[in-house]
Amino acid sequence: MGVAVPPLRITRRAEFSASHFCRRAEWSEEQNRAVYGEAANPYGHGHNWVVEVTLEGEPDPVTGMVFDLKALKEILHSELIEPMDHRFLNYEVPPFDRIPPTLENVALEIWRRLEPRVNGLGCRLHAVRVYETEDYFAECYGPRT
Amino acid sequence: MLRAADMIVTRRYRFSASHRMHSAGLSEEANRAVYGKCNNPFGHGHNYVLEVSVGGSVDERTGRVVDPTCLDELVRQTVLTAWDHRNLNVEAAEFAGEPVSSENLLRIAWRRLASAVARAFPHGPRLVRLRLEETRRNSFEMMEGDWR
Repeated sequence: MGVAVPPLRITRRAEFSASHFCRRAEWSEEQNRAVYGEAANPYGHGHNWVVEVTLEGEPDPVTGMVFDLKALKEILHSELIEPMDHRFLNYEVPPFDRIPPTLENVALEIWRRLEPRVNGLGCRLHAVRVYETEDYFAECYGPRT
Repeated sequence: MLRAADMIVTRRYRFSASHRMHSAGLSEEANRAVYGKCNNPFGHGHNYVLEVSVGGSVDERTGRVVDPTCLDELVRQTVLTAWDHRNLNVEAAEFAGEPVSSENLLRIAWRRLASAVARAFPHGPRLVRLRLEETRRNSFEMMEGDWR
């Protein structure tokens, strides 16, 4: 009789610094200010964004690892750091030319970028947690299977 | 049920308050034995951190699960004004003789915030998690079941 072993999760943290604003072009100044407050300032403002990426899977019987963290580091670099670090999200990082880079939309976009890069390689993307500040963060768990 | 665009959004709040651990159901000796220095009759204080997490779908119009300003105001009215810079044993009537433990604080906060969030956002996000840090070293958490 085996013991039931719960899933194993590994998390890596990445950080990037980027500016953004939250506005919808089709809304008036008043509407944008009412919904987004100071975040609607059209000149933008910046954050040190912190991203925690959690993968779930079985440790490989040979390597003993769920996922190669060096490979994950490279994926985070190419999908997040390279395109987003020291950038103005609204002007330089699609799809934020079309949708406002709110905390939630940034988390969803990071999920979309990472999921195809890690799923199927012996693990699955479990969670993406994005901190806009240390007092404001969002967690994305993707669709329920 | 969790959908693709469902997520949890969290804000962290701070309040400073004093309390004393004491149970009416125990003798003076037993209180001292159970709670140790936390039973000091004059009380002591903490810088509490309360993490409030709401879960729901992202509004396609605003790109948000919740307006953080609305959530801030709700938490301020519901919890922070009652507890910040207060002596919880003396001024927080809701304990009604129960020990002023972080566990009980968390449960009271849950009941208040869950109904306040439901009233404020009838079709929107709901309270899914509360986490209370009494100090950097001690924290307490309650979470609704169906989030992975």
